[in-house]
Amino acid sequence: MEDKKIFTDPDLTKRTVIGPNGEDITVDPIQDYFCDALPKKHEPKRAKIFESFFNWARAESIWVLGFGTGCGSIELYPLLTPRFDAYRFGVQMRPTPRQANLMIISGYLSVKTLKRAIRSYEQMQNPKFVMALGSCTINGGMYFDSYNTINRLDKYMPVDVYVAGCMPRPEAILAGFEALKKRIKAGKAEGANLYAENFETYKKNQKKIIRDWNMPDYNW
Amino acid sequence: MSNSNNHKLLIQPDRSSYPQPDENGKMQLDLDSGKYVKVWHGPNHPGVTGNMSLELTLCGDEVVEAKTHVGYLHRGFEKIFERRTWMQCFPTVVRMCVPEPDSNEYNLAAAMEELSDIEVPEYAQWMRTLILEMARITNLLRLLPANGGTMGLGLGVQWGVYLRDLILDRFEELTGARIYHMYIIPGGVRGKMPEGFKERLINNLNAIDDFLVRFKRLVIDNAVYKKRAIGTGYIDPSWVDKFGIVGPNARAAGYNRDVRKDNPYLVYDQLDFEPYIDKEAASDIYSRTWVRFMDLKYGVEMIRQILDKMPKDGEILGKIPNALNWKIPTGQTYVRSESSRGEYGFFAVADGSEYPRRINLRGPSYTHAIALLEKLLVNANISDVSAIMVSLATCPPEIER
Amino acid sequence: MEKIIQHLQGTFDVKVVKKQRDDLYFVTVGKEQAIPAVTYLRDAEGFTHLVMITVADWMEKGVFELNYIVHNYELHADISICTNINREEATMHSAHHLWEQAWTYQRELKEMYGIDFPGSPRVDESFNLEGWDNIPPMRREFDTLKYANETYFPRPGRETHDPAAYMKQKLYPDE
Repeated sequence: MEDKKIFTDPDLTKRTVIGPNGEDITVDPIQDYFCDALPKKHEPKRAKIFESFFNWARAESIWVLGFGTGCGSIELYPLLTPRFDAYRFGVQMRPTPRQANLMIISGYLSVKTLKRAIRSYEQMQNPKFVMALGSCTINGGMYFDSYNTINRLDKYMPVDVYVAGCMPRPEAILAGFEALKKRIKAGKAEGANLYAENFETYKKNQKKIIRDWNMPDYNW
Repeated sequence: MSNSNNHKLLIQPDRSSYPQPDENGKMQLDLDSGKYVKVWHGPNHPGVTGNMSLELTLCGDEVVEAKTHVGYLHRGFEKIFERRTWMQCFPTVVRMCVPEPDSNEYNLAAAMEELSDIEVPEYAQWMRTLILEMARITNLLRLLPANGGTMGLGLGVQWGVYLRDLILDRFEELTGARIYHMYIIPGGVRGKMPEGFKERLINNLNAIDDFLVRFKRLVIDNAVYKKRAIGTGYIDPSWVDKFGIVGPNARAAGYNRDVRKDNPYLVYDQLDFEPYIDKEAASDIYSRTWVRFMDLKYGVEMIRQILDKMPKDGEILGKIPNALNWKIPTGQTYVRSESSRGEYGFFAVADGSEYPRRINLRGPSYTHAIALLEKLLVNANISDVSAIMVSLATCPPEIER
Repeated sequence: MEKIIQHLQGTFDVKVVKKQRDDLYFVTVGKEQAIPAVTYLRDAEGFTHLVMITVADWMEKGVFELNYIVHNYELHADISICTNINREEATMHSAHHLWEQAWTYQRELKEMYGIDFPGSPRVDESFNLEGWDNIPPMRREFDTLKYANETYFPRPGRETHDPAAYMKQKLYPDE
């Protein structure tokens, strides 16, 4: 296969660059590069006052990944407009997982979306939190017998706050943000650590239903 | 008003170095040549409507091949209906299309009533018409400003979603829920208008009138918007039958396609209205925005008309059998209604038991977002992709069910 | 409408005609004649709009009932051309040359029911599902509750009652 590839663009050929410490690094521009190191547990600062300060800062700047995974995303529109205005609480939408620290799973998750949601979740930086909307994420809700939607989200990714309802009103989601803030400030929102500790279990559950697993186990 | 010939006046880019389609119209792409970039537009993307994705192959900043991928919202509705009785289907069916659930309720109710010969009282029919029109304007208040939003004019979205919220409040007053109303039950409707509802609704409609004036100044008369929208995403009028284009998108192409006029259902034959048709058949993003704008304007007037003409009081529920074991006689039917995106239909098959044999949804996005969108995106600029997609008003949940 | 149905009966081997409404007829023809009948309606009678291609699964009779619903914008009327195909070797002639969106329906039917449409573009690509390795889910023999219970993790505590008996017990316990 290798010799069949004809690169017309010189920028796409393999080349050697000098790294920051003076070492030679071979770069192949058409290969995907990702870090495949497993997630690490986040150790709190030794002095409690620093950790509390960091937690306060985290709680007051919740940046939400703008990924509408289900029907609950229709109630995220009013949340960001003058009526409910989540910006008051330091909540704002970010277009990319790299900038976000809260993932809102808005309702049911089909298997196809779960794959993308896991990938987005793993691309998010620590500390990261998950909020699950609607009864579908708790026990399957209306779609408990459907062949394509998951029943319990907490088997596939750690959930910090559930907001019940079908679908939750914007006020309920705001209350969910408040509850999440309280948890973060109290240092109880340990979802990402839970994910790192029970990585094997989560991966086993995920691979059980995602049959064409064509991505690295962990990528960020 | 938009100008039909503008799409021909635009300077076309020099495509001599671009790939040429073969005799089947397929692009011959050698992805290893390094000339092309594959970009996934969605599902995690702010510019995509709902949860679906587009696989775009780019040459420079121009799309040379587009593939849509759907199924991110597939819940297997049509399968789980086999396990629900007809009445249990009714709260499930509203979830099929999230932004405008009432068309689902109406279609299921109409199919069940037709198959088991149930008369709906007149007052209930008027209430159904009212709630369908209210659902139409709530969805349009979200869709219409999004046309500007995809080109960076986010202010219109803020106005529109706020006004949509006001109508959602009226829904809440009438039905008890903001999004999933479950108001149109088979046989009739669930309740009457509360005290003072009419006045509050008219106040909200007046606010929408103001919004329309401001929105026209903000987006439709905007020079940048005009420059980008006119001539982009052009649907040839000859495609309308070939691709099964319905509703506002067909009206922008100069066709008179409106189920409310063509096959009047409920009390639409007693109402005086004329859907807006772009006579010049400009059929670009700008023209579709105009059609949506006029739809919203006429929708507001239609609600006023309904409130004027509807009877003061009456029966809300017809005579229905015991809902718990409602057996529907063997038969099949297709019912349709006009949603804010076009023809919305249900194909229902009953086999004489309590459980439906088959309920299948025909959503307008099924044709707009797959076959048509893949065709429209070819040779579009990457920055216009989400504008084209939003201007078609695609709604993924009704494609995937 | 009556005239068109008579024309259809004269030209094709029509088995059953069922009038559902004044503007909706279900016309059953043989498998080989379904596509010619749809083509005839489109080209000669002005039924230019393909509403949908859909299937009802009649497992007891061992057939899939395919429906091609076409709409005429002048008469504002629909005709549904129905045809029965064998459930075991489900293949049907493709209609993608008639309408550009027909292949989308056929692709979905291939995935959901396992009905093959040879020649239809992209018919083998997955549409809604990803990596599905079971029998096509919309076939009636597929038990979705059993599959969901085995595959996903049902949260304990969900009860199921027969609605009629349960509501009677809750609302009218004395009767």
